[in-house]
Amino acid sequence: MLASFKPFDEMTPEDYANIGLKCGLEVHQQLLTKRKLFCRCPAGRYSNEYDSEILRHMRPTLSELGEYDGTALMEKKTRKNIYYRIHHETVCTYEFDDTPPFMLDEESLDIAIELSLLLRLNMVGELHIARKQYLDGSIPTGFQRSAILGVDGWIPYKDRRIGIRQLSIEEDACREVSDIGHDRVFLTDRLGMPLIEAVTEPDMHTPQETADVCQIIRMLCRSMGKVRTGYGAGREDVNVSVRGGTRVEIKGVPQIWRIPHLVYNEAMRQCALLEIRRELKRRGVTPETFAHTAHDVSRLVSKATYGPIRAALAEGLCVKCVVLKGFAGLLSHPTQEHTNFASEFSDRVRVVACLTKLPNIVHSDTAAESIPARDWKQLRKKTESNANDALMLVWGDQRDTEMACNEIALRAREATEGVPNDTRQALKDGTNGFERVLPGADRMYPDTDLPPIEIPPERIERIRPGLPEYVWDREARYREMSLPEELIHPMCMSPLAGLFDRIVGELGVDPRFAAVVLFQRLKMFRREGLRPERLSNEELFGVFKARADGRLAREGVPELIEMLLKAPAPRAGAESRVTRLLDELRIHPIPEDELNAAIAGAIERAGSRPFATAEKKHRYLMGQLMGALIGRIDGKRLAQVLEERLSDRQSTAVAKGA
Amino acid sequence: MADEALKGYRGPGAKVLKKHGVGVWSDVEVESTTGGFKGLILPRSETADDRHIVLKLASGYNIGVAAETITGITEHGRREAHYKIPEKEFPFDPGKPNVKLIGTGGTIASRLDYRTGAVIPAFSPGELYGSVPELAEICNLKTEKLYGVFSENMAREQYIRLAERIGEEIETGVDGIVIGHGTDTMHHTAAVLTFMVQNSPIPIVMVGSQRSSDRPSSDAALNLMYAVKAAAEGDIAGVMVCMFGPTSDEYGLLHSGCRVRKMHSSYRSTFRTVGDIPLATIDRERIIPLHDDYPHRRDDRGVKINAVYNDKVTILYYYPGMRADLVDAIVDTGYRGIVIAGTGLGHVNKPLYPALARAAEKNVHIYMTVQTLWGYTQMYVYETGREIMGLGVVPIANMLPEVAYMKLCWALGQSDDHEEVQRIMQTPISDEITDREPYNGYLIYQGGIPEVQDFLRSTHR
Repeated sequence: MLASFKPFDEMTPEDYANIGLKCGLEVHQQLLTKRKLFCRCPAGRYSNEYDSEILRHMRPTLSELGEYDGTALMEKKTRKNIYYRIHHETVCTYEFDDTPPFMLDEESLDIAIELSLLLRLNMVGELHIARKQYLDGSIPTGFQRSAILGVDGWIPYKDRRIGIRQLSIEEDACREVSDIGHDRVFLTDRLGMPLIEAVTEPDMHTPQETADVCQIIRMLCRSMGKVRTGYGAGREDVNVSVRGGTRVEIKGVPQIWRIPHLVYNEAMRQCALLEIRRELKRRGVTPETFAHTAHDVSRLVSKATYGPIRAALAEGLCVKCVVLKGFAGLLSHPTQEHTNFASEFSDRVRVVACLTKLPNIVHSDTAAESIPARDWKQLRKKTESNANDALMLVWGDQRDTEMACNEIALRAREATEGVPNDTRQALKDGTNGFERVLPGADRMYPDTDLPPIEIPPERIERIRPGLPEYVWDREARYREMSLPEELIHPMCMSPLAGLFDRIVGELGVDPRFAAVVLFQRLKMFRREGLRPERLSNEELFGVFKARADGRLAREGVPELIEMLLKAPAPRAGAESRVTRLLDELRIHPIPEDELNAAIAGAIERAGSRPFATAEKKHRYLMGQLMGALIGRIDGKRLAQVLEERLSDRQSTAVAKGA
Repeated sequence: MADEALKGYRGPGAKVLKKHGVGVWSDVEVESTTGGFKGLILPRSETADDRHIVLKLASGYNIGVAAETITGITEHGRREAHYKIPEKEFPFDPGKPNVKLIGTGGTIASRLDYRTGAVIPAFSPGELYGSVPELAEICNLKTEKLYGVFSENMAREQYIRLAERIGEEIETGVDGIVIGHGTDTMHHTAAVLTFMVQNSPIPIVMVGSQRSSDRPSSDAALNLMYAVKAAAEGDIAGVMVCMFGPTSDEYGLLHSGCRVRKMHSSYRSTFRTVGDIPLATIDRERIIPLHDDYPHRRDDRGVKINAVYNDKVTILYYYPGMRADLVDAIVDTGYRGIVIAGTGLGHVNKPLYPALARAAEKNVHIYMTVQTLWGYTQMYVYETGREIMGLGVVPIANMLPEVAYMKLCWALGQSDDHEEVQRIMQTPISDEITDREPYNGYLIYQGGIPEVQDFLRSTHR
């Protein structure tokens, strides 16, 4: 009866165009600053340890225009106890809302202004800090401090422009530890970290385009060299809608490669929900005619063999049954890969009624193994329902199950209207689950704790000259240098890109060589447990300068970097440390006579060792000499000189023998 | 265009709005040299500069556009905001106690003030019920907005009127009174009410919030529930302060009105009983008294109102090197009383002696308290102390400086006679002076030391 959706791999851009897919992005990126945004805590320190815990609850408040936000009211229903874990190194009394905010961190604002310019935004003259309500507890104040820097910018993509609706600077939220029943636990270390959020227009039309644009924005952010990297430092929300559907936000996507699959599943979900609405309408179930009943059936199912229900009854909990009139057969309709319509109900019961132990519902469309047909029959009798109706059982304490029945009915009614306005959680398998009702403009409230901050034109003009080259220009330039293809992307995003350009431009070092050292060898050193980020750009520049000045052989460059990494932390200036190591280790090109003596010595030591071929002897001697002379002579040149010396000897020997 | 249309705009901001024929609540498109913006023109805070126009964008965010960059504004319509806390009629249940809530200000219920950009109090039973419906489970509530001031603006006139209103309410037979008050000077008001409203048969509970009620994490709702419960059901009569115990949403504390003090500028758990332990802990289920000798609730209406107040009194917070001319100036401007917050056990430097002697000669009433807050004055221990007493300065035991201040204002409202005032000051009305300091009356935990860290790890703060 209901149309099916093509598998992910078979979907074409035309297929997406047919369903009217539209996607937008909200790209979050932590900024690389010394301090947090509204207090003086150090930024970027994380710890799972904690010294203390604080308990809070959230209540919805009115928006500036006098309305309650829908999300806020939903969170209020959940009656969560929220526990914050506090560690002395990572948070102060600001984060847990016992001290008002300090003035906004200027370093963060400068970086955000820089990004606004890169995104070609219409810049505001004055920053107004807003409170964006979050009643899930992820921020102890119950709101996120956030401010708009600019609106209506764009970035190029393919042959068109992708609109950037706005850029805001805001404080990051807590990390969730657990959420079981009515208790939710958060770590506060990440709370208050400076973050920017770039929101695009819904200008992407396929899952892949969405990922591509996300990658471009990510690269643009990173090209400044002033943002944090690593897991969780950049996170995306993806907004998805299909024709006739609703904008649904998929929250907290940690990796860009996950985006296409998530978009596909949401597109499928919305199409499925629209199909379900169509079918309901055909059956005469509309928002006006929608009907449900709820019943306590604890006694009726007291002999049930189904494990979760038995366990609930044993604990003295109750079982309730919701009858959804005219819904028979729809609950098992697929809405995403490996997921069906019933999970929409299970999610709501879990999130809103706090019945977090799964499974938390069972319904009459499922196969008989959970509840025998006989029991369903009895339930139908007791609830005065018929074969056209769907029955859903839910179990838990009195208050939670009442809430659950309510939510089930609400969700079912929404099905008669289409796709509800949800914020959904990205799941690892590419599907998504309900997180909360999508918040609207009503959750915004001006922050009365801080005055507006003027952004005078002088400040913008101070920042403008330091803007990095656009990543797409940089990318084209590197491609022209015929650098290794696999290095180009990482290079464009790397904070070392500027250094690379200087090394190539000012010192005339071979770009390929500089690229391999800076973007491949340094990475290898990190893998070996060294800390390349400890080297200053000046030190790295100094090493390449030594090479350019002829004081260091090609092989000596990575060698010297490794020595610098292993040497104790610098006390004197960077230049002097490179020079000192060069001197100490006598890493400078070897004089001719010394080279000759070294080669002669090596040949001497090899003495009468038998070698099958001359080539093998050459290779052996190269090995010996490279170990001793590394950094002081190019491998190529050594091979050449060695070969000359060997053939000299050969001819001498031949002459002697003659 | 009327002033209302330019709410808060002045100078270049007002000029550009007028020029383009738009005003506050206009839905507009603004063209500027930094690009275009679409939004609703909001009122401008009077304390902000006059060079920016505030717009509310469709996303709900506000932004400021520099007036001098604006080249054009097109109006598409008008949308006025009506900020209103939803009002619902407070239900009446004859089986429940009757509580009167008297508002003086503070952020227990509040809304945004566009004029100043700050939060102003909102207050009616309907509004309160709309935002804290749990109150109806506790009592029948009537409210009266006596004042709507920030607590630093409470003074003589307000104290007297408030005390009189309390007396009238007690006589009409309410079961308890709650007073909504800003937190900054709540302990001053609590102290003066303790003196002005004596022998109350019912609880008089002062309450406020450290986070305004327009924040989801506000302590306002819980504080209000606790205070209303203490007023409706509590057995402890007299003037109290009811505020958070720990910073967690765990329980509140009931503090005696003249032993309580605000001790942190922003923490929720800012109010502390000083030199004693609180009267009780309170949560939504229970009130647990911590003393066994508190004044009990009674059925009679035998309250004694003595609402007098002379505000020609000052607190002299002593610092090293204080000069005598300061004391002279106080006396010469006609002040009748001085409460000194002295160092240690109650000391000031020698150069002040002649000025203090002169003040005493002019019949200025001088009392000594300690700026250490905890502990008693004891002016016999050191020679200095005896000398200062010899000048006519009266030590006032362990009365807190602010409490001594309020009491002296009240005493001087009754008499200017040296001995009579001294009798009033030294006779405790409540526990502004206590005979003994319990071992746990002074606890300021030292963070960082192992046993305290262990405690913090195991308890919600």
